[in-house]
Amino acid sequence: METDSETDSSDGDAVGNGDAADDRGAEPVTFGREGIREGLVTCVPVAVGVGGYGVAFGVLADQVGLSVAEAVLMSAVVVAGASQIVAVELWADPIPIAAIVITTFAINLRYSLMGAALQPWFKRLSAAKAYGSLFFMADENWALTMRDFRAGNRRGAFLLGSGIAVWIFWVGSTVVGVLAGGAIGEPARYGFDFVLAAVFLALAAELWEDRSSLVPWLASLGTALVAAELFPGRWYILLGGFAAALAEVIRRGR
Amino acid sequence: MVGDALSLEPVVVGVVLAMAVVTYATKTGGLWLLNRIETTERLEAALSVLPGAIVIAVLGPELASGGPAEWGAGVLVVAVMWRTESILLALCTGVVSVVLLRGLL
Repeated sequence: METDSETDSSDGDAVGNGDAADDRGAEPVTFGREGIREGLVTCVPVAVGVGGYGVAFGVLADQVGLSVAEAVLMSAVVVAGASQIVAVELWADPIPIAAIVITTFAINLRYSLMGAALQPWFKRLSAAKAYGSLFFMADENWALTMRDFRAGNRRGAFLLGSGIAVWIFWVGSTVVGVLAGGAIGEPARYGFDFVLAAVFLALAAELWEDRSSLVPWLASLGTALVAAELFPGRWYILLGGFAAALAEVIRRGR
Repeated sequence: MVGDALSLEPVVVGVVLAMAVVTYATKTGGLWLLNRIETTERLEAALSVLPGAIVIAVLGPELASGGPAEWGAGVLVVAVMWRTESILLALCTGVVSVVLLRGLL
């Protein structure tokens, strides 16, 4: 494993706004302990919020009759909160296998778009590092990683580090949820349900560049709002992303 | 009861593993596909707006389904972010203010 021998001073004091210009730069993307540590530390407060949802998932899993081991296995290998919660809500006897697996796929399809957004940096990593890191990708740590990359840092291990933080809290809180049952109460009581929105709002505040963001953002917003009314699950995220990409291609084509 | 807690039914394990496989396919699919097709100017244009577009697509319906408490807390998060650029401070502000505003409103 290479180490991050170079400090990030070279690209830390960004001249531009860390946009397309540095994507094409010849500088390599590092993958080392510093990136893992930085990702982990940055993500811990966010992961606490994820834990609030892990408890809620554990409670639901317990109600439908999953054992501690089964619920923990699901959290440990699937690592995708929204789809797990929907899956246990669909749970019945006999288990509707096809419905659960297809719904899981549909809800998580948005991750393909998130993974695609990481490509300008991840294409510089080895396949093992890139695809290994993606196992740990969740909404929250994707947002933090995107933010780190856009700030001009080139720490390829940030997604892995922040993902490990999410994974530990997600799996740990699942155990708590199954064992504690309904004794803990709703995540909304502690504001945990607002963590995802807060992280994404913070990222939006940073991603806004100038008026050139306006057209794709409005395309995404409009499409997502309409699609959320028309389609179940999380299709609106995928459709919003596609609409923005299309709008930008048309805008630049003119 | 310990036996119950640790029990792993084969069918359940099978469903969980199938969920894990399709989820991993979604997480890796986007990168896999992009690594295999040639990058054109159009594709780069599309990719450059993707992060912001995803963020907005997640936030739009999420905030639309909320109320004054969520909107107020959302404004505070953005304000703190612009002033301090600290994600931790913005996050804490958001969570604390949403709890307080829900109690008040």
